[in-house]
Amino acid sequence: MLRLEKRASPSRAWGMATPLLAVVLTMIAGGIMFAILGKNPVEAIRTIFWDPLFNPQFAAYSRPQLLVKAGPLILIAVGLSLGFRAGIWNIGAEGQYIVGAITGAAVGLAFYPTEAWFIFPLMVISGAIGGLLWAMIPAVLRTAFRTNEILVSLLLVYVAQSLLSSMALGALRNPQGGGFPGSRNLSQYPAAANPELIAGTGMHWGVVAAFIAVIFAYILLQRHMLGFSIRLAGQAPRAARYAGVSPTRLVILCLGISGALAGLAGLFEVSGPAGQISIDFASGYGFTAIIVAFLGRLNPVGILLAGLLMALTYIGGELAQFMLGLPAAAIQAFQGMLLFFLLAVDLLSNYRIRLGGAK
Amino acid sequence: MDLGGINPAVLIASLMVASVPIMLAALGELVVEKAGVLNLGVEGMMIIGAVMGFAVAVNTGSPLAGFLGGAAGGAILSLVFALLTQYLLANQVATGLALTLFGLGLSSLIGQGYVGIRPPLTGALPFGPLADIPVIGRILFRHDWMVYFSLLMVAATWAVLKFTRIGLILRAVGENHDAAHALGYKVRRIRVLAICFGGAMAGLGGAYVSLIRVPQWTDGITSGAGWIALAIVVFASWKPWRVLLGAYLFGGITVLQLNLQAAGARIPVEYLSMSPYLITILVLVIMSSGRGRIAAAAPAALGKNFHASR
Repeated sequence: MLRLEKRASPSRAWGMATPLLAVVLTMIAGGIMFAILGKNPVEAIRTIFWDPLFNPQFAAYSRPQLLVKAGPLILIAVGLSLGFRAGIWNIGAEGQYIVGAITGAAVGLAFYPTEAWFIFPLMVISGAIGGLLWAMIPAVLRTAFRTNEILVSLLLVYVAQSLLSSMALGALRNPQGGGFPGSRNLSQYPAAANPELIAGTGMHWGVVAAFIAVIFAYILLQRHMLGFSIRLAGQAPRAARYAGVSPTRLVILCLGISGALAGLAGLFEVSGPAGQISIDFASGYGFTAIIVAFLGRLNPVGILLAGLLMALTYIGGELAQFMLGLPAAAIQAFQGMLLFFLLAVDLLSNYRIRLGGAK
Repeated sequence: MDLGGINPAVLIASLMVASVPIMLAALGELVVEKAGVLNLGVEGMMIIGAVMGFAVAVNTGSPLAGFLGGAAGGAILSLVFALLTQYLLANQVATGLALTLFGLGLSSLIGQGYVGIRPPLTGALPFGPLADIPVIGRILFRHDWMVYFSLLMVAATWAVLKFTRIGLILRAVGENHDAAHALGYKVRRIRVLAICFGGAMAGLGGAYVSLIRVPQWTDGITSGAGWIALAIVVFASWKPWRVLLGAYLFGGITVLQLNLQAAGARIPVEYLSMSPYLITILVLVIMSSGRGRIAAAAPAALGKNFHASR
C-alpha cells in the first residue's frame, strides 16, 4: 500500500522539479491526444516546442512572437500570483484586461489626431486605472459585504465582454470605418502606438513592463514587509491576524495590483499587437495567466520562465495548426492539461510517499 | 418598444425552460458542497456535458441517450477533479479552475464536427386535455420531460439530504471530516461519490443547453451558466428549495432580457445581455451582507482537504 506522509516543510528540490515533471507528463499525455486526433505525436510536439525557436524556416517570424505573447501573460500572472499566495483568488483578470484596454484606448482615441508626447503615457496610466477599478469591484464587495471574490471577479468577465462589444460597435467605433465594428487602429497613430522597440525582437513597452513587474514582485516578496504579510496570510492566516496583518488591506492591495497589471497588459496589447478595440479582442490571456502563475509556482522568476514556455505553446500551436492541421482547441486543451499535471505532481513537494501500511 | 407583445404565460413557461440547466448544475454542486468539497469546475463539466450530450444524441438519434451521454461526460470529468483533490490532495480552487479551462478546450475540440447540425428534437410530454387549459396549461403542461425531471430532482435532493441516513452521513462529512472519519465513515469515498453526482448533474444541465435550450452546438455555449450555478448555491444558503427559487429568478431575468431585445427596447443589446451577470452579483452581495449571514450556513469543512494522518 502506498501511504502519504506530510513533510514538515515543502521540499525545495521537488519544488523546482515538479514544474519540469509536469511539462514532460503533459507532453506525453498531449502526444496521446494528438495521436487520437490522427497526427504524428512526435512531429506535433516538435512543431510546438522546437520549430518556432530553431527551425530556420520559421524562427525569424516566430522568435519575436515569443516576447509579444509572453509579455501580457507574465504581466498578468505576476499580479495574480501575489493574491494567490495570500489566498485571494482573482480569477477575473480577463475582465480587467479588457477594461484596461478599453479605458486606455478611449483616452488615446479622444486625442486623435493630435500628436503629443504625453498621449501614450496618459493611456498607460488610464489603462492601469481601468483595470484597477474593475478589480476594486470584487475587492470592495469582499471587504464591505464578505461577498465571494472568486465568483464576482469571474462574473465580471462576462460583463466586460459585453462592454467590449458595445464599445466596438458603439462609442469607440471608427467613424471612418464604413460601419464595420472596431475602433481606429491605434498602432497606426504614432502618438498612441506601442511599437516594437528593437526591430526583430518583439520587444514592446508591455514586455518592458512585464520585466519590471517581475523585478518589483521579487523584491516585494523577498525584502518588503508587505511581501512578508502576503506570504504569511497564505501560509498561516491566523498567525497573520495576530501579527497585525489587516485582511481588508491585503484584499484591496492584492486585487488592486493584479487588476492594474492586467489593465496594463490590455492597454499594451490594444495599442500594439492587436492595434484596435474589436469584438474579438479578448484572447483569453487573463485565463491562461492563471496557468502561468501556477506553472511558475507563484514565484516571479518562475513566472517569467513559465510565461515564455506558455507563449511557446501559443506560437507552436499556431504553427502546428498551419503545418499539421492541428485544431486550435487542441492547444487550449493541452494548456489545461498542463495545469492538471502541475497540481497533481505538487503532491511530491508537500508529501512523502511511503510504501507499506500505517505504523 | 412593444411590451404588449410579451405574453406573461409564455414568459413564465419559457423561464421554466431557461432555468433548467442552472437548476440541475446548482443542485449537483449543492450536494458536492454539502460533502465539504468546493468544485469550481461546474462550467467545465457543463460544457463537456453539452458537447457529449450533443454528439451522442446526433449519432444515436435519441435525445435520451444524449442526456445519458452528457451526464456520463460530466461525471467522467469530475472524476479527474476527485482524483486530484481527494487522492493527490491538490488545492480545490485551483483544480476547479483547471477543470473549467480544460473543459472549454476539450469541448471545442470534440465539437468541431458538430457545428451547424440540428440535434434530434425532444417533444413536450403529452398531457392531453390538460395542456389546453388556458394560461395554466401553457405554463405547466407543455414542457419536455427534463423540466419535470429537474423539479423532481429538487424534491429528491431535499428529501435525501434531510430525511435519510445517506444524507446525514454526507452532511457529517461536510461539517467535520475528522469526526466523520473517527466514526468510521469513508470520508474520501463519500466525497468522490458526491463529486461524481455533481459532475453528472452539471453534465445533464449542459446537455439540456445544447439539446433543447439552444438547440445546436457552438463553442462556449454554456456562457457562464456554470458560474451562475455556483453563485445560486450560495444564494440558496445550501438549501435545495432555494436553488429552485434562485434558478427561476435567474431564468426569469434571462428570458425577460431576451424578450426586451426582441421587442426592440431602447437599451442596447450588450447592456441587456450583461444584466443576468450583474443581477447575480447583486444577489450575492445582498445574501452575504444581510442578516442571514451565509458564513453560518456554509458547510464547515467546505474547501478543506482531508488527509487521514492515522
